[in-house]
Amino acid sequence: MSIREVLEGPLYIVRALATTFKHNARPRVTIEYPERQKVVPPRHRGRHILHRYADGLEKCVGCELCAIACPVGCIVVEAAENTPERRVSPGERYAKRYEINLLRCIYCGMCEEACPYDAITMGPRYDLADDHPDKFIAVKEDLLEPLQASLGDTARPSAAPSAQAEPRKW
Amino acid sequence: MNLEVVVVTLIKAAIIILGLLTGFAYMTLFERKVQARMQQRPGPNRVGPFGLLQPLADGLKLFFKSSAEPAGRDHLLYLAAPMLSVMAALATFAIIPVSGPGYITILGHNIGWYVMNANIGILWYFAVTSIGVYGIFLAGWSSNSKYSLLGALRSSAQMISYEMALGLSLVPVFILAGSFRLVDIVNAQNKWWFVIPLLPAFILYMIAGIAETNRAPFDLPEAETELVAGYHTEYSGMRFALFFMAEYINMITVSSIATVVFLGGWWGPFGVLPGPWWFLIKVVVLLYVYVWLRASLPRMRYDRLMQLGWKSLLPLSLLMMMATGVVVVAAQR
Repeated sequence: MSIREVLEGPLYIVRALATTFKHNARPRVTIEYPERQKVVPPRHRGRHILHRYADGLEKCVGCELCAIACPVGCIVVEAAENTPERRVSPGERYAKRYEINLLRCIYCGMCEEACPYDAITMGPRYDLADDHPDKFIAVKEDLLEPLQASLGDTARPSAAPSAQAEPRKW
Repeated sequence: MNLEVVVVTLIKAAIIILGLLTGFAYMTLFERKVQARMQQRPGPNRVGPFGLLQPLADGLKLFFKSSAEPAGRDHLLYLAAPMLSVMAALATFAIIPVSGPGYITILGHNIGWYVMNANIGILWYFAVTSIGVYGIFLAGWSSNSKYSLLGALRSSAQMISYEMALGLSLVPVFILAGSFRLVDIVNAQNKWWFVIPLLPAFILYMIAGIAETNRAPFDLPEAETELVAGYHTEYSGMRFALFFMAEYINMITVSSIATVVFLGGWWGPFGVLPGPWWFLIKVVVLLYVYVWLRASLPRMRYDRLMQLGWKSLLPLSLLMMMATGVVVVAAQR
């Protein structure tokens, strides 16, 4: 240990202390996760969304192409016929039952690519934790867009969560 | 010794122990909060307002954790070691006068602001912290694990080395105050805190104190980031928490001794606050320095640690002692 090191050592310690103390004044970088979330990229593959047309009809026609394209087989679609009294989608048929096992899903986006009507897209939500496996079976009501949200009508996920509080749906 | 003294001392001891345990709990929160702020994080803020109930949650968790025990341990010593550590840490605080001068009068009894005002005073502190080393070493030895044993050797060597510098750095204070009693030492600082004439001794004491309590940057005994703990590798649950408790209470004690011996204890400028508050403020400021250092400095290498203790701090504190003696004698002539 040279004399120079002995003389400079305390200086370095003081500088280290000053550096950490200066950081007291800097803003916090933490995002308080469940209440606030990071803005995701536009093509983020999060939880799926079933879309509607601008008039409120569902885009899904119950063709089951997504279920076939799914590499892990986590999608179940059961179709039913549209009737003049009860029209759910513009096509002949609609999805009576549409379920995705979110634990089995690998978020690859194949369902999105397979869909001929852009009815299903990968959404921006990634806060998918829960306390029981049964709660990860997302049924049609969980996945479907709310009625007003479809008025802009594009294939992009609507209502992308920014760094704002968003209530949990399930 | 009459009954009144016994009862009063027991009550005071109970108050001090409860205070220290609460202090330990909130010291953990304080440390996490202060460090978090320096790292631009919010720190614990989920349990209660501002995370104020976090220590309670941590404590509950540790109470209900099952304690794994290594096979082939020396069971009696294995159980005794953490208790010994905590006992030594708590017992040290007995000599510290929280406020003064004089007494508080409750129901016609005059009660001093300390558990005991022993004439050996600060020697009690050195004696009891030395017992704390036994807790650490027995923990390593009784665990029947080579890592624990080596960790215990490391910690014991560190603590014994720095005890020398710790003790010698306080000698100038005894020369100036002319007493071992902490109450007399604080009274001697009525006009000038000893930190002003004895600043080098204060710095030496704080460095040695930080090393003595195994805190960053001298926290080799539990170097979280490189070595797998040390003497407490084989401890879990509440028994591990006892070691943790001993460490934090020792921090509080080292800060309190520094407050009493160098920073004028209960004396505050302008006489604006009552004594206990001054004492508390000074202790918290020193604890903040502890945390601040931990957030700032990297860990020392072990050989450098030993070099610093034996080749720098020990000669420097001897030098400080001699210089103080010479100046005092010269002033008397």
